[in-house]
Amino acid sequence: MSTPTTELPRVEHEHTHPSDAQYMLIALFLAVVTGAEVALYYVNMDFLPYAILLSILMVVKFSTVVMFFMHLRFDSRLFRWVFVSGLVLAVIVYMVVLLTFHVFNGRV
Amino acid sequence: MSTVESTAETLRTPPAGQQHGGHHQPQPGEHGWTQTGVSNEKLGMWVFLGSECLLFGGLISTYLLYKHTAVQGPRPHDLYDIPFTSVSSFVLLMSSMTMVLALAALQRGDHHRTRVWLVTTALLGATFISGQVYEFMSFVKEGMGYTTNTASSAFFTLTGFHGVHVSIGIVMLLSLFVMSLRGRLPQEKSEVVEIVGLYWHFVDIVWILIFTVVYLIP
Repeated sequence: MSTPTTELPRVEHEHTHPSDAQYMLIALFLAVVTGAEVALYYVNMDFLPYAILLSILMVVKFSTVVMFFMHLRFDSRLFRWVFVSGLVLAVIVYMVVLLTFHVFNGRV
Repeated sequence: MSTVESTAETLRTPPAGQQHGGHHQPQPGEHGWTQTGVSNEKLGMWVFLGSECLLFGGLISTYLLYKHTAVQGPRPHDLYDIPFTSVSSFVLLMSSMTMVLALAALQRGDHHRTRVWLVTTALLGATFISGQVYEFMSFVKEGMGYTTNTASSAFFTLTGFHGVHVSIGIVMLLSLFVMSLRGRLPQEKSEVVEIVGLYWHFVDIVWILIFTVVYLIP
C-alpha cells in the first residue's frame, strides 16, 4: 500500500501584467485587425483564400484577447490547460459533426 | 503517530514558503484554502468557460448545418448589414479594453478610475445589445422571424444566446459598480473583478468567432 502524499502544492505567482498604455496598444491592434477583416469582405477574391485569411485573422484576435486581456499568458498553466482542453474538445467534436453532415462539401 | 494522523498534521501546517510576511494562510476547511496552488474561484470560472466553448460550439455548428437549408423566406446572410455589425463588433472589442483597465485600476487601488471603467464597459455592452435588438427588429421587418425557416431559427438562437450572455455580464458589471460605490470592493478583492472580467472577455471572443464564421464567411 502506498503512503499518502504529504507534499503541498506551491503557490504559483503571477507575472507582471501589461501597463494601461500597453492594453490600449493591444486594443488598437485588435481594431486594426477587425478593420482588415471588414476590408477583406469587400475585396473580390476566391472563396478558399478568403476563408483562410479570415480564419487566420480570427485566430489572431481570439489569441490576443485570451493571452493579454484574460491574462492566460501570465497566469497559472493550470488555467491554460483547463480552457484549452474545453476549446480543443469543442473543435474536435463539432468538426466531426460538420464533416459527418458534409457541410464543407455543400451537401447538407 | 499513524500515517493518517501524520498527513493531517502536515495539512494543518502550511509549508515554509507560505508562512512569510505574517499573513494568515488559509488552512484546510477555511475559505481560500487551495490544494492546486491557484485560486479556487478563478479555476471554477475557467472550468465554466471551458464548458461554454462546447455550448457555443454546438450553436455555431447548428447554424453552419442549417444556413443553406432555408426553403422559404429570406435567409440571414441575405439581410446582413456588415458595416453596422462591424461597428457593433468594434464596440464589444473596445469594452474588453475598458474591462481590463478597470481591473488594472483596482489593482493599483484607484477606485475612482475602477468605477469609471466599469460603467464605461457596461455602457459599451449596452450599446452592443441595443445594436443587436435593432438588427433583430430590422430582420423581422424584412420578413425573417424566428420560425421563418431553419436558418433563421439557428441564427436567432445563436446570436440570442450570445446577447443573453452579454446582458448577464452587464448586470454583473453594474453590481460591481454598486459594490465599489458602497466601499465593498477593496483593492484586496480585485480577484472578483478579474473573474467577472474573464466572463466578459469570453463573450467578446465568442463574438470574434461569430462575426467571422456567421457574418463574414458566406
